[in-house]
Amino acid sequence: MKRIIVNEKWCLGCRLCEYNCAFANSGSIGTTPLDMAKALKDIVINPRIKIEEKDDICFAVSCRHCKEPLCVKSCITGALTRVDGVIRINKEKCVECHTCVLVCPYGAIMPSDEGVMQKCELCVQNTGGEPFCVKGCPNKAIEFKELGGDSV
Amino acid sequence: MLREGTNGYRIPAGCAISGIFSKEGKRISGENIIKSIGLMHERSNGLGGGFAGYGIYPEYKDLYAFHIFYDNFKAKDECEHFLDRHFDIVNLSKIPTKKIQSITNEPLIWRYFVKPLPTKLADSQLDEDEFTARSVIKVNVKIEGAYIFSSGKNMGVFKAVGYPEDVGEFYKLDQYEGYCWTAHGRYPTNTPGWWGGAHPFALLGLSIVHNGEISSYDANRRFIEMFGYNCTLLTDTEVITYIIDYLCRKQGLTIKEAAEVIAAPFWKTIDKKDEKDRERLTYLRNTFASLLITGPFSILVGFDGGIMALNDRLKLRSMVVGEKDDTVYIASEESAIRLIEPNLDRVFAPKGGEPVIYTFNERINSER
Amino acid sequence: MSIDFIYPEYEIARNKDRCINCRVCEKQCANEVHKYHADLKMMQADDLKCVNCQRCVSLCPTRALKIVKTDNTYKENAHWKGRTMSEIYLQAGSGGVLLSSMGNPVDYPIYWDKILINASQVTNPSIDPLREPMETRTFLGQRPNKIERDKDGNIVNNMAPQLELSTPIMFSAMSYGSISYNAHESLARAATELGIYYNTGEGGLHEDFYKYGANTIVQVASGRFGVHKDYLNAGAAVEIKMGQGAKPGIGGHLPGAKIVGDVSRTRMIPEGSDAISPAPHHDIYSIEDLHQLVMSLKEATNYTKPVIVKIAAVHNVAAIASGIARSGADIISLDGFRGGTGAAPTRIRDNVGIPIELALASVDKRLRDEGIRNNVSLVVGGSVRSSADVVKAIALGADAVYVATSALLALGCHLCRSCHGGKCNWGIATQRADLVKRLNPEIGYKRLVNLVEAWTHEIKEMMGGMGINSIEALKGNRLMLRGVGLNEKELEILGIYHAGQ
Repeated sequence: MKRIIVNEKWCLGCRLCEYNCAFANSGSIGTTPLDMAKALKDIVINPRIKIEEKDDICFAVSCRHCKEPLCVKSCITGALTRVDGVIRINKEKCVECHTCVLVCPYGAIMPSDEGVMQKCELCVQNTGGEPFCVKGCPNKAIEFKELGGDSV
Repeated sequence: MLREGTNGYRIPAGCAISGIFSKEGKRISGENIIKSIGLMHERSNGLGGGFAGYGIYPEYKDLYAFHIFYDNFKAKDECEHFLDRHFDIVNLSKIPTKKIQSITNEPLIWRYFVKPLPTKLADSQLDEDEFTARSVIKVNVKIEGAYIFSSGKNMGVFKAVGYPEDVGEFYKLDQYEGYCWTAHGRYPTNTPGWWGGAHPFALLGLSIVHNGEISSYDANRRFIEMFGYNCTLLTDTEVITYIIDYLCRKQGLTIKEAAEVIAAPFWKTIDKKDEKDRERLTYLRNTFASLLITGPFSILVGFDGGIMALNDRLKLRSMVVGEKDDTVYIASEESAIRLIEPNLDRVFAPKGGEPVIYTFNERINSER
Repeated sequence: MSIDFIYPEYEIARNKDRCINCRVCEKQCANEVHKYHADLKMMQADDLKCVNCQRCVSLCPTRALKIVKTDNTYKENAHWKGRTMSEIYLQAGSGGVLLSSMGNPVDYPIYWDKILINASQVTNPSIDPLREPMETRTFLGQRPNKIERDKDGNIVNNMAPQLELSTPIMFSAMSYGSISYNAHESLARAATELGIYYNTGEGGLHEDFYKYGANTIVQVASGRFGVHKDYLNAGAAVEIKMGQGAKPGIGGHLPGAKIVGDVSRTRMIPEGSDAISPAPHHDIYSIEDLHQLVMSLKEATNYTKPVIVKIAAVHNVAAIASGIARSGADIISLDGFRGGTGAAPTRIRDNVGIPIELALASVDKRLRDEGIRNNVSLVVGGSVRSSADVVKAIALGADAVYVATSALLALGCHLCRSCHGGKCNWGIATQRADLVKRLNPEIGYKRLVNLVEAWTHEIKEMMGGMGINSIEALKGNRLMLRGVGLNEKELEILGIYHAGQ
């Protein structure tokens, strides 16, 4: 199972991952020309990956797609499910109870601008290949790689 | 007249080659080699042909036989004056020729049987061969209009501008007998038409006929010129001759080792050898890296008591070997062999970079 | 504004329609050029601080940035160009020597670009490197002058120690200190993967990199920084640095600010102290002294490693090289006047030394005229920009080339020539931890490997075109070159004919 792995040794805190995430989920994927400026102009972004920073250390945090996900267990409507190792959210089912936000130990689930919860879904609906944050990281601090087994 | 080497022009050429060698040391008349090279008429264009015969001067076998072209009598006087001061001239004569319609503009062609003057030789602190080689190079570089094109013992080069079969007739080679003959028909891709530029090219007892155009020429030339050679003709054949002379005579390599330098195996091949061979081949290839010859060539190297045929590493030129009893035939085309010996015991095409070397058999060697 | 004011040479052009205020530029600029103006809700830039390193341009996700040359100009004057005038203002204000980095950028002739390469047609087949072997393996070192045989007639291996390269390209000296740990790691790993060598420069060898020793050339320079027995024996060869193409005749000065932590330990000097390499080696005032150092280093390494002597290309380089070839050195490295540096006085960088092409041609010829070319290998550096330059260098007579600027470019350097500022935004010429981490060696080494592999492919294609299937047959093969637009004297020095001849 491929996972997003963040290595704080190489994270520059440039926040390109946040913008690439916002871009990937802006609904403009598939339009031409694909243009981040058009998609994100005058928008305050609300990305699913976030840079944590203190002193000299910074790294990006996004959903780890846990093997035994507390969020899925706690979801009262069944909006959160684990499909092929990826924890997906069904926005139709979410009732904005925020339980998942409370139980996630990584702070990787947050409300979207529309209110329902959002989280990293490995860009499965966007690219089918490499998540945008990984593709756009200039220093290979975020990698999408096989960890072996159904890990975490 | 435009010549090889003048004004720094280098003239690439394609060609035909042929050779005959008797392992028994049997003396063969020049007639067959003329026939053989004549068959490959289409591979030359009339701008150069030549022969080397070994064992042709048994009566003077301990003397260096100089064959010299003179453009005029002034050059002859000057050269003879030089030879007089450095060599004991035992015999001199015009080389007998026959008038042939197609061969024109012949220079004065003279032959001298010489040995170095003992006092001069002692003063020079050189051995006889080195003394003679340096004298030859000196004449060719310094005396305008004189060109020593053959300088070995008991061997001789005969060459001219013309088709090789005409050149053979011109020099009356049917009247010579030797244990080894090589021949060359030239197809230069430029038109200099200077007699000295024809092949074989020779230095001391070493002679080369060559078909090809080597791409490593200037790398080879600039390296070999460090060691007292002067590539005045800017031809491949000249530089190959000097390389083999340097490797064999000055560095003491065997002819096979010399072949492992000039047509060194690819590293891939060397790496696969057992440790001892790998070390030796790496050593040779690295030590004489600048003497590796690339580009297409097939050469026949005539030397005292033997002949070597060698192709470039990729075998970009044709060459066939035929054997019949104790006689060996090597030519650019099999037909040139079949013409003079239709019933061969064995015919094969040497692989690229694989030297095929024939020397006298044991009996002859021990008699020598 | 005052008399000292110099209008910035480059301006940041921001396309407001494309800028999304992501502030990546702000976070990536160590020179603090970009700032977010919260009230105006827009990015602003201070052109005065910009060094034009292109980091912000490269990382801007919306292509909203470009850097343009200013159109502010002094009154035009063919003799007093803008740069000349600005330098006078700077010096009048500071009283100091002007400093610059990287290679000489002045418009002198580039001989590489006036030399063309041959190819086969008809009489000699070109060779397809995809179908036939095409060899670039190169050995560097002294070759024996005489074949020796043992009593059984076998050839004795009397070969001096050699460097074996898979392709005739090496990374030239850049010290740990002048460049970062990550840059060094990238070079070391790339050299190892490629089967070539990188060079420590004069800053010693970080303990983490001893494991790459088989592909390392350790340098001994006039400051002797980081030199000890284990260091000398850690590498595959030892290089004595007598001079550097970017600053012939002068030494080096790494400011105390860069002598921190590991750099200080590796150099074996106290933290914060300036690392000053004297102009000459104070134990080498003539050629016989060089001979002694060469032999001492051989003694120290038990005669198992070749010794390289590196000199800057200066006017009488041929005579100097001839002396070095007789000093016991195995390899001579020539560094041309375009060679890079982490810092050099501008006047020296821009006015001292000669083009490497001419130096190489005359050194190669001189060594051949003296019959000693095979006693020594020749490595040239200081402006090799492409595989074509490599082919031309080898055809002129080099055994191999040294590249450094090209390698730094592969690592991200954009030649802003501000290394001496120590704030390299690409994580190369800096020791600031937050900047150093911008160069991930995992990316860096791969890019270096890519570059050298790409060049090697191109070298093979060009060799094949010439009908040459082994690099040694290209070495010194000057007939494969022709000059264009060169005068008789230049052609004579280069030892090549003019195109059409």
